[in-house]
Amino acid sequence: MTWDIALILAEDGILTGAIYALLALASVLVFATTRIIFVPQGEFVTFGALTLAAFQLGQTPNIIYLVGLLAAIVCVMDGVALVRARRVHRLPHMLVVNALLPALVIAAAIYFGPRKPAALIQILLTVALIVPLGPFVYRIAFQPVANASVRLLFVIAIAVHFVLQGAGLLSFGPEGFRVDPLIDGQLTFGTMTVSSQALLIVGTGIAFAILLYLLFEFTVLGKALRATAVNRLGARIVGISYPMVGKLCLALAALIGVISGILAGGLTTIYYDSGFIIGLKAFVAAVVGGIGNVRGAALGAVMIAGVEQFGAAYFSTKLQDVYVFLILIAVLLVKPSGLLGRAVTEKV
Amino acid sequence: MVVRFARGAAVSAGLLLIAGFGAGSLDARAQEVTIGVTLGATGQTASIGIPMKQGAEVLPQKIGDVTVRYIFLDDGGDPGVAVKNMRQLTEQNQADVILGSSSIPSCTAMAEVALQTKTPQICLSPSRTNAFSFAMAQPAALMVEGMVEHMHAKGYKNIGYIGFADSLGEHNLSSMQKLMEPLGMKLVASERYNRTDTSVTAQVLKIVAAKPDAIFVSASGTPAALPQLELVQRNYKGQVYFLHGVINRDFLRVGGKSLEGVIATAGPFAVAAELPDSNPIKAEALKFTKVYNDKFGANSVNTFAAYSWDAFKVLSAAVPVALKTAKPGTPEFRVALRDAMQNNPDIVGANGIYKMTATDHNGLDKRARVMVTVKGNAFHPLP
Repeated sequence: MTWDIALILAEDGILTGAIYALLALASVLVFATTRIIFVPQGEFVTFGALTLAAFQLGQTPNIIYLVGLLAAIVCVMDGVALVRARRVHRLPHMLVVNALLPALVIAAAIYFGPRKPAALIQILLTVALIVPLGPFVYRIAFQPVANASVRLLFVIAIAVHFVLQGAGLLSFGPEGFRVDPLIDGQLTFGTMTVSSQALLIVGTGIAFAILLYLLFEFTVLGKALRATAVNRLGARIVGISYPMVGKLCLALAALIGVISGILAGGLTTIYYDSGFIIGLKAFVAAVVGGIGNVRGAALGAVMIAGVEQFGAAYFSTKLQDVYVFLILIAVLLVKPSGLLGRAVTEKV
Repeated sequence: MVVRFARGAAVSAGLLLIAGFGAGSLDARAQEVTIGVTLGATGQTASIGIPMKQGAEVLPQKIGDVTVRYIFLDDGGDPGVAVKNMRQLTEQNQADVILGSSSIPSCTAMAEVALQTKTPQICLSPSRTNAFSFAMAQPAALMVEGMVEHMHAKGYKNIGYIGFADSLGEHNLSSMQKLMEPLGMKLVASERYNRTDTSVTAQVLKIVAAKPDAIFVSASGTPAALPQLELVQRNYKGQVYFLHGVINRDFLRVGGKSLEGVIATAGPFAVAAELPDSNPIKAEALKFTKVYNDKFGANSVNTFAAYSWDAFKVLSAAVPVALKTAKPGTPEFRVALRDAMQNNPDIVGANGIYKMTATDHNGLDKRARVMVTVKGNAFHPLP
C-alpha cells in the first residue's frame, strides 16, 4: 500500500464521514430534544435520493401517495383533537398547514414530474415533498406518547422505520438509483484529483454544522429547543409548546436527511433500504462522539468512516461493518459517555 | 400494509373459491389444476421476485381443456414464510404443483416440504433439486463455465474476483476456481462487498493493485454496477465479467457509460431479438415478450419473468400426460405430474431447451447460455 492509495482512502473516508456527520447531527438534535432514538433517520436519506432520481428520470415520484396519506391522517387526528378541545376556530389554520400546503406541493410534483424541470426546481420539490414527512411522522407516531419512556419511543421508532421502508419499496421499487452529481468537474491538488461533488459534500456538512450552531446559540427558536432538551417541564411552564418542538426537530432531521440523500446519491447507488445502515452508522458515530454533543458527533463520524475504509483496505473487506461496531463496543467499555461527552447522572 | 391486505384478500378469495367449488359439482373441480405460487415480491430479493410474479400473472388460464387455478402468495424472500406458504398451499388449497420461490434459500427450504408432501415444486431460481423439486434457471456452474471458457480463449491468466459476501457469491467463486485451475489460470485477488455498501473503493484498490488480466464481478442486479463504476474511476483497463444476474435495464441505467465493453453470461432470452432465426428459442422468447409487454407496457419485459413462462411450458406438456392416470387434487396426480415432467420431451422455453430426466431436474445445457457484451448501453451477443 502506497501513499497514493492511502490518500484515495482518506478522501473516500472524509466524504462518507461528512454524510455520517450530517446524519449524526440530526440524531443528536432529535434525541436531545425529544428523547427519541430516531431509527428512521436513514429513510429520509433514501427518500431524498430516490425522489430526486425520479424527477431526473422525468417521472412523478410515487412518494406523493405517502405524503398525501400521512397528511390526511394528520388532518383527521388534529381535527378530532381541536373539536374535542372546543377550539373549532383553529380548524381553518390547521387545514391550511396540513392539507392545503401538502396538496399544493403534490400538485406541483405531478405538474413538473414529467416535464424535467431545472435541477434547482427538482431539488426544491424533493425537499418540499419529503421534509413534511418528518412532522407528520411525529404527529402520528410520537406526539400521542411524547412523555413515554426512552425505550417505548425507541420501539415506536423501529416500527416507524419498518413502515417507511415498506413504503419506500412500494414507491420506488427494489432497484437502485443514482442521482446525477450536482456539479461536475475535477480539481487537482498536487498529485491527487478531487471531484467538485466531493468538495460540495464536505462544504455542505460544515455549513450545516455552522447553521445549527447559529440556530441554537442566537435564535429564540434554538433556545426554545435547547431549553426543552435541558428540562421539558420547565420549558412547558415558560410557554414552549412541546409538540411544536418535536415537529420542528423532525422537520430539521428530515431536511438534513434529504440533503444527505441528494449528496450521497451522487456518490453511490441508493436502494429503498440503503438508508438504514447509513443511519445506523451515523447513530454509532453520534454515540462514539458522545450523544448530545455536536462536535463529538462530527469527530465520531469521520472516525467511523475512516476506520471503515482503512480497515477494509489493510485487513479484510469481509469485516468492513465489524470494525464500525467494534469501535462502538470499545468506546462504550472504556468511556461510556462517548469521546467528547460528559458523564450524566440521571436523577430517579 | 397494502401487501398484507392483498395477501389477506388473495387467501380469502382462495377460500371462497374452494367453498364455492365444494358446494358446486365435483366434476368441475376434477377438471381443474391448481398451481400454488409463492414468490418474494417484497423484501431483499424483490428485484427478481416482482418480475417473476408478473410473469406468472400473464400465464394462460387453460392447459388444453383443463382450467388452471392460480393462488398467489408472497414470501418476502424469507425461507420461513416460504415454507409456511408451501404448507398452506399443499394442505389447505390442495395445490397440484407449487411455483416458487424466487430466491435460492427459500427454494431449498421448500424442497424439503416438496419431498415430505410429495408435491412437485418448480423453483424459478437455480437451486439444488431433489426427487420432487425442479429448477428453471440456468445453474450458476453452467454460466461460470461459459465465462471461464471465454477467459481462457482470450488468454487471460491472472483473474481477480469481487462478489457479494453471501453463499451464492462463495459458490460462484469456488466453481470458477475449480474450472480455471486445470487451465493454468490463477486467482490473484478476491474481495467481498454487501448489496447496500456505499463504497467499494478499498476492495477495488486492492484488486487493481494485484494487476489481474480480467475481473469476475459475482453480483446481481443494480448493486453489481458499483464495482465497475469504481474500476473505471481507478482506470482499470482489463476485461470485466458478470453473470446473468445483471441482465436487466436497471443495471444498465445505474452503470451508464462505465459498462461499455463489459462481458456477461446471459440466457438467450436477454438478446432474443438478435439471435439467428434458426434458433428455436427465439420464437418462444419473442412470443412471451409480446404477452408480457401487452400487459405491463412496452419494453417492460425482464429475463426473470421468462422463467415463470418456461415453468408453465414444462407443466403444459406434463399435465395432459398426468391426467391420463389420475384426477387433479389427489396425491396420485401429484406423483403422476412429477413423473410426467421428468419424462417430458425437449421443451423449448424462452430461456433455453429443457430436457428434464429423473436425475436432472433442470435439464438445461449450453444452448441456454449466450455470451453478451454491453454496447451503446444495451446487451448484444458476442460474435
